[in-house]
This record gives sequence, C-alpha cells and structure tokens, in this order.
Amino acid sequence: MKSDGSHRVFSFSRLREKGKCRKKITDGGRMSASLRRLSALVRKETYQILRDPSSILIAFVLPLILLFLFGYGVSLDATRTRLGVAVEEMTPLTQDLAASFQASRYFEVKMGRDRRDFEEALVVGEVRGIVVIPQTFTSDFTTHSHPQIQVIVDGTDPNTASFVQNYVQGVVATWMRQRASETQAEPPGINVEQRFWFNPELTSRNFLVPGSIAIVMTLIGTLLTALVVAREWERGTMEAMMATPVTAAELLAGKILPYFILAITSMTLCVLVAVFLFGVPFRGSLLALYAISAAFLLPALGQGLLISAATRNQFLASQLALLSAFLPAFLLSGFLFEIGSMPTIIQWISAIVPARYLIPSLQTVFLAGDIWPLLLRNIAIMLLAGVVFLGLAARSTRKRLA
Amino acid sequence: MSEDFVRIEGVSKAFGSGAPALDQISAAIKGGEITGLVGPDGAGKTTLIRLMTGLLLPDAGTLTVLGFDTRREAARIQAAIGYMPQRFGLYEDLSVQENLDLYADLRGLPQVERAQVFDELLSFTDLKRFTQRLAGKLSGGMKQKLGLACALLKKPRLLLLDEPGVGVDPISRRELWKMVKDLTSEGIGVVWSTAYLDEAEACTSVLLLNQGKLLFTGPPAELTRRVDGRVFKVTGIEGRRRPLLASLLDRPGVLDGVIQGEAIRIVTEPGARQDVLREGEGTKVNPAPPRFEDAFVDLLGGGPGGRSKLAEATQTQADADTHVIEARGLTKRFGDFTAAQDITFDIKRGEIFGLLGPNGAGKSTTFKMLCGLLKPTAGEGRVAGFDLRRDTAEARNRLGYMAQKFSLYGDLSVAQNLDFFAGVYGLKGQHRRDKIKLVTDIFDFARYANQSAKDLPLGHKQRLALACAVMHEPEALFLDEPTSGVDPITRREFWTHINGLVEKGVTILVTTHFMDEAEYCDRISLIFRGKSIALGSPDELKARVASADNPDPTMEDAFIALVEGSEKEAA
Repeated sequence: MKSDGSHRVFSFSRLREKGKCRKKITDGGRMSASLRRLSALVRKETYQILRDPSSILIAFVLPLILLFLFGYGVSLDATRTRLGVAVEEMTPLTQDLAASFQASRYFEVKMGRDRRDFEEALVVGEVRGIVVIPQTFTSDFTTHSHPQIQVIVDGTDPNTASFVQNYVQGVVATWMRQRASETQAEPPGINVEQRFWFNPELTSRNFLVPGSIAIVMTLIGTLLTALVVAREWERGTMEAMMATPVTAAELLAGKILPYFILAITSMTLCVLVAVFLFGVPFRGSLLALYAISAAFLLPALGQGLLISAATRNQFLASQLALLSAFLPAFLLSGFLFEIGSMPTIIQWISAIVPARYLIPSLQTVFLAGDIWPLLLRNIAIMLLAGVVFLGLAARSTRKRLA
Repeated sequence: MSEDFVRIEGVSKAFGSGAPALDQISAAIKGGEITGLVGPDGAGKTTLIRLMTGLLLPDAGTLTVLGFDTRREAARIQAAIGYMPQRFGLYEDLSVQENLDLYADLRGLPQVERAQVFDELLSFTDLKRFTQRLAGKLSGGMKQKLGLACALLKKPRLLLLDEPGVGVDPISRRELWKMVKDLTSEGIGVVWSTAYLDEAEACTSVLLLNQGKLLFTGPPAELTRRVDGRVFKVTGIEGRRRPLLASLLDRPGVLDGVIQGEAIRIVTEPGARQDVLREGEGTKVNPAPPRFEDAFVDLLGGGPGGRSKLAEATQTQADADTHVIEARGLTKRFGDFTAAQDITFDIKRGEIFGLLGPNGAGKSTTFKMLCGLLKPTAGEGRVAGFDLRRDTAEARNRLGYMAQKFSLYGDLSVAQNLDFFAGVYGLKGQHRRDKIKLVTDIFDFARYANQSAKDLPLGHKQRLALACAVMHEPEALFLDEPTSGVDPITRREFWTHINGLVEKGVTILVTTHFMDEAEYCDRISLIFRGKSIALGSPDELKARVASADNPDPTMEDAFIALVEGSEKEAA
C-alpha cells in the first residue's frame, strides 16, 4: 500500500507540473501565485480606499446624508404649515372649531371673516391652504343636515396640498370626537373622511429609511466601483497592470472583494443608524439582512464593473451609473413610487432593476420579519442578475487595450 | 547575441477610419542592446509598443516576442517582459514601497528573494530615502525611476519603455539611460521610444517611424552616414544671422538649415558645391559632424524654404531699442511650494528669449505670470511698457499667446477658430475679414476651412494655432512648448515664421525643454527647481562649461554642468 501511495503522489505532482507554466514552479504552484496576486490587489485597493477622501465620502458620508434626508427631511411632515381659517359666521360652535385649528401643532393659523381675506395670501404662498367654515355650518350642524367646511389648497404643490387636506380632516375629526364625548351624543356626520389614524411622519420614515439603504448600496456597488475602475484606465495604471501576469479574473475579483466589504460595512452603519437613531423597527434576522444585501451586491458590482469596462472614462462612467443604476433604484424600484400604479411597460422595465427586489426585501426584514418565501425568491432573482452582469463584465474585461 | 527578441512581420494597425497608425511594419529587435523607437508624436511608437506587449492585436501581420506569438501567447509574453507605459502607470496614492510590494506580488517574485531585490533596485534607482513617500509626491525623474524599478522586479528578458525621457530633467534622463544601458550588458533587450532625436543617436539600433511608416531600421550611424560630408557650420557671421539663414535656405543645393547659437547649421543636397554657402569676408564655412536629425530631414526630402509669407505680410515695428518684456523679481508660491523664485530678465525688441528647463521646473509658471494669467506673489512683469497687474488688458492686447498643445477649439472648424480668435483679440469689420483672408491664404487653410480643428494633422494644427496668435500683430509673442512632439519639418517651418517675425521687430518669449530648440534663441535662462540658474546666449552658456575633456559641449552638457554647479553653490 505504501508504494501505491507514493506512486500516486508522484503522478499527482507530475500532473500539476504539466498543467502550468514552467517558471511558476518555484512559486509553489499556480493556485498560490494567483491567490497572492489577488491578495496584493485587494491590499492595494484597501490602501486606496482608506487614503482617498472621495471613497470615504461616497461610502460613509453620503449614505448618512441620504439617511438623514429620508429620516428627517423628507418625512411627510407638515408641522407648522401656515393656514388661513375664514369663519363666515361667528357662533360658539364655529369659534370652537376654529380654536381647535389654532390648537393644532401642525398649523400656524391666521383668522379671518371671509375667504377673500386669504386668496391673495394663498397665491403668493403666505398660507398653504384656506379653511372656510360657512355661514350655514352652525345651523346644518345643529339640524344634523350634513354640515360642510371647505378646504382650499394650492394644487401646484400637490404634496403640501394633500398634507394640508389630510391634516385638516384630522383636526376636524378630533374636534368631532371631542364634542361627542362632551355632549355624550352621537356626532353628526360631518362631510370629511376619517383619516385620523393616518400618521405620515411615522410610516414614511419606516418605509423610506430601509429603502434608502438600498440606494446607498447602489451608490457604492455601482457608482463607486465604476468610478474607481474608470480612474485606473484614465491614469494609465490599468495598462501597466495588464502587462503583468495578472489575469482578467484576478483583476475583477480584486475590485469586487474590497467594494463588497465596503458596501456591507456601509450598510451595517446605515442599519445601526436606522434602528438606534430613527427607531425603525427591525423585526427580521441579521442572517436575512446580510443574505439579501450580499445577493444584491453581485448585480450592483457587476453593473459597475461593466460600465467602467465599457467607458474607461470617469465622467461617462458616472453619468451611466447614475442613469442606469441610481435613478432606476430611486424611481423604478418601488422606493418612492408604487410599481403597481405604473404603466405596464414601465412595470416590465422595472423588473430588470435589481433594487426592485432589494427594497421590498429590506422593508420586509425591517418591518415584517423573515418571510423566507418572499426573500428567497428575491435573492434568487438578484443572484441571477448578478451572474448576468458579472458575466458581461468578465467578457468585456479582457486583457486588451482596444 | 544575434537572437531576435522581437520579430515584427508586415504589421498594420488602424484605429477608426483615419490613416493607419502603423502601416506594413517589418523589423527585428535584438537582445543585449538598446533599440530606439524614434519618431514624432503620432508616428505610431506607442501603438507598436502596445502591440509588443500583447495588449493590442495587429490588424494584419504577426509579432513574435521572445518566441511567443502576441495573438495566442500574450500571457507568456507578459510574464517575461517589463513594460513602462508612457503615462506614469503606478499608484500615486501608494508609497514607493507599497508599489514595489504590489508589483512583486503581481510578478510573483519569491518572498525569499525580495529583501535583496528591493535593496538592489532601491540603491540602483537611488530611491532608498523615499520608500515611505507616496509615489504621487515624487519628482518626474524619481517617478520614472520607480517605474523602472517596478518593471525590473522580476528580471525581464525584454524591457519596453514608452518615452521614459519625457517630463524628466536632463540629469535624471542621463541617469535613467545609464541604468538601462547597464541592463543590456546582462543580455536584456531594451526598447526605448522617444521623440528626442539626440536620444536616438545614443541607441545601438533604431526604428525610425513617421506617420505610421517605418522610414529606417538599423544602427543610427548608418542613417547619419547618408549626410556625411554634406553638413556644414557657418560661423563668423556679420550682421544678423536669421536673414542669412533665410537666404541660404532659398539657394539651390541647400537642403536644410537651422540656427545654432551664433552659427548656422546647413545640410546641402548630394552633389551640391560647398561654395553655394559662401558669404562675406569673415564668414567661415566648416564641415560639421552629421546628426541624426540632419539625416531624418534628408530622409523626409529636406526642410522648407527660408521665406515666411507670414512675416512678409507683417508690418515692421518701430525699431526703438526698448525692452518689450520685463520681469523683475517674479515670484510665485503655491502654499509652501515656491514654483518660481525671483525671476528677473529683460527682453529687447526683436529678440528671441528662451526659458529652458525640465517639466515642473517653473517655466510655465513664469510664463503665465508674464502674460497675466497668474498673479505673482511678489515682483512685477511688464509687456510693452504696461504693468501686468495694473494694466492687464492693455498688456494682453499687445501679446499673442500660443499654448502647449495648442489652445484651439477642437470642435470648431478652422474658419470658426480664426473668426473666434480674431474677435477675441478685438479685430473688427473689414480689418478682421482682411486679416482672416490673409492668414487663410498664407497658410493655405482654404482646403481645410470647414474641417474640425481637432481632426487636422499635427502640423496643420500648429499652423492654425500660430495664425490665431498673430492675426492682431502683437508686439510680443509667447510660445509655450510650441514644437514639442512635432516632426522636424513642421518644426522648421514654424521657426522660419518665427525667425521672419523677429526680423520685423516682434519679440518672442519661448519655453522649451528641447535642448536643440534652445539654440534657436538669442538668449536663454535656465530654469531649475523654480530658480533661474544661468542666463546668457547659448554660446556663452556652453563656453562657460567647456573644459579640456569636453571642448565643444552640447546644450544638454551645459545644462547639467550648470545645475550641478548651482547645487554645489547652494550646499
């Protein structure tokens, strides 16, 4: 048996020797030479990331800005919106209703007797809306014959308009309930929709923050990667590198690994900020979070590498990355706009946007928990897209200059 | 040592639809010697080197490098060569040591050999003191040495250097050359591409390229032999030497001529009699050793004539013996870096004054201060009597500016560029139309009028840039590296115009890092590390460093000796 074993070892080493370049024997085999080149590339990239303020900016500062923007700035928050309240008939009832507008923390109220007092102010934007409590209000209220109030909003700013409308409805509903509890009577049905439960501030943040984490990963995975590879072409470092024994696969892996780790680090930071600063609930598991993030990064990085290989120019690469990755992640992913309400053809297009599968997955992991059937399906689609993009990137990153 | 390291057979390569970058090239490159790949910009040097690395593939023909075909065995070639691209290909945000480590890993240098190899290379390149410095903070010369060190980590059999001499001061350039020369004694083959014809002369063998065609291959001496006995130096000239050059160039039998300090260098046609050069009593005509450039011009069919229609159409400026350009203690600091320190000189009307120095020495900074593009930190500059700080607009109206790499609008047509620059310089109405018509006729732009400037051949771009700079008949003309990278014929045509304009009283300030071009000037200032280390006529400066060992130094010898002298003084 002993001789058999040594014979095997012998033929194995002969095989190895046949399969590789002669000069690499001294280096201990092809695999380790390749690994050493790869680790050298990763180390180089790491130094560059750490020393380049712009990669730190894109990987950490920009994500935090985005997160704060969606955490605070873009929360659908209508605190202290200026509102004109026109009370056409002074009765205790109308004054009480007007007072409840004044008491609302969402409005800064100007009082008046006529809607015309505020028309000019609405046009120039001094007030964002006018509430008219008509002459007939008190009589209609007491006779239970559908009392009405009118809300006039500036339709050129639809967001603010709808906030004003919703909050007015909220205020009226609160007032109604209060009156009901005071008088111990069933309130008459005022013609407003019951939307008191609607709390845009909280819901929007819980949806927007996980979504913006997807935007952050798109930024790092696609934009930053496209930029750094294009920069190597512009500076001529790629040319020098290509004239060494390094292979195209090693070059690609040497970019993918560091930026994968960078994006995961940045994502972790964002999740920490989301959970501990914004108090976004996190109901799923870390395993699920990292699994979907990793699955998303493959197509994102592949797209970045493909763009840079095709353009070899930082300016073009950044434009293409913004158009083909960043904007679709914003607009076609369900982040800001509901995909279900888009035209069918746009829905089809959105099907090839990898962020479209990440955002619902993230929102699920944050707000609902590990719903594996949904997550696994999305992971599978993202992995498939990753294989396609990385394959295309590998094809276009041959060791050729033209 | 007669084995061919590179065999190039019928190689052609084209990019896009234009003229091919390389057209039917066949040549061989041997080991153990330096082969010069020589030619002006756009000749196809870089393309040929990239073809040798296997990073580009030929459209037709084959290249065999170290016995491997570049199409099928590029990986094997890349494992055995060292390549230094034209642009600094190393990572500026990595330190010298980190760059070396990276390339040692990429080239598979065994761990056990590293300490010794690094030590050798760092001493060889004199970079030991700088291992922790970021590569981006090295001087041009040190960068090239680091690039060389990285290319030599795993001793290559063939070393490909794409214009290693560009952007490097003459001292570093000589050191670099010596290093590479040492390598050839170990049997390494070296390809050194260059646009400098003096570098070509020092190569064992050259491939001379022009517009994608191989004009000559063989030892440079073999090429210069074709002009043996046809090169003369005319000395002892009475009166102005530029009109004499113009008249000599138009005589039958004269092929080429340039100003060389106080003398004129002439190449005659084969069979021409020497007495065609005879001039007044004191003027002497002596045979001179031929140069590579003489032979190159001969190969291209000779230089242009001596007439400048541009100068003939220019009005003579009042011949008052005034200083048109004055620099007084010009100093420019960027942060704690002094780009130019206490630069002082005067330029008389009708004089050509050169700022000579390597890239980054402070020439362009000085230059930009004198045309009002940069505000000096201290000192003052005047053009035609106007202070550049107070009367910037008046001063600028009296100067014409032709920038390095031609500041034309590439997307505008030739006619649009002319019209634009005429407008910028304040030409109006009929006068403007006349001027544009005039330069269009002189330079024969009509054929190209509607072509985009960026698509013009280099020589035509240069004509257009010159036309744009002189339409308003400036008193002073500022030329920033006007002929770097152009072929010698284009360079001569350009200087014919400049020489003619000078005779009309135009004052010229020119920056150059071409040592030969410096000899076309009346006086030069040597700029090194922000300071003017010497000022005088080319002949004076050369005489200053002449010694028993080197009785007839070149401009480059003078430069190096003066730099070393000033460093000793400073120490």
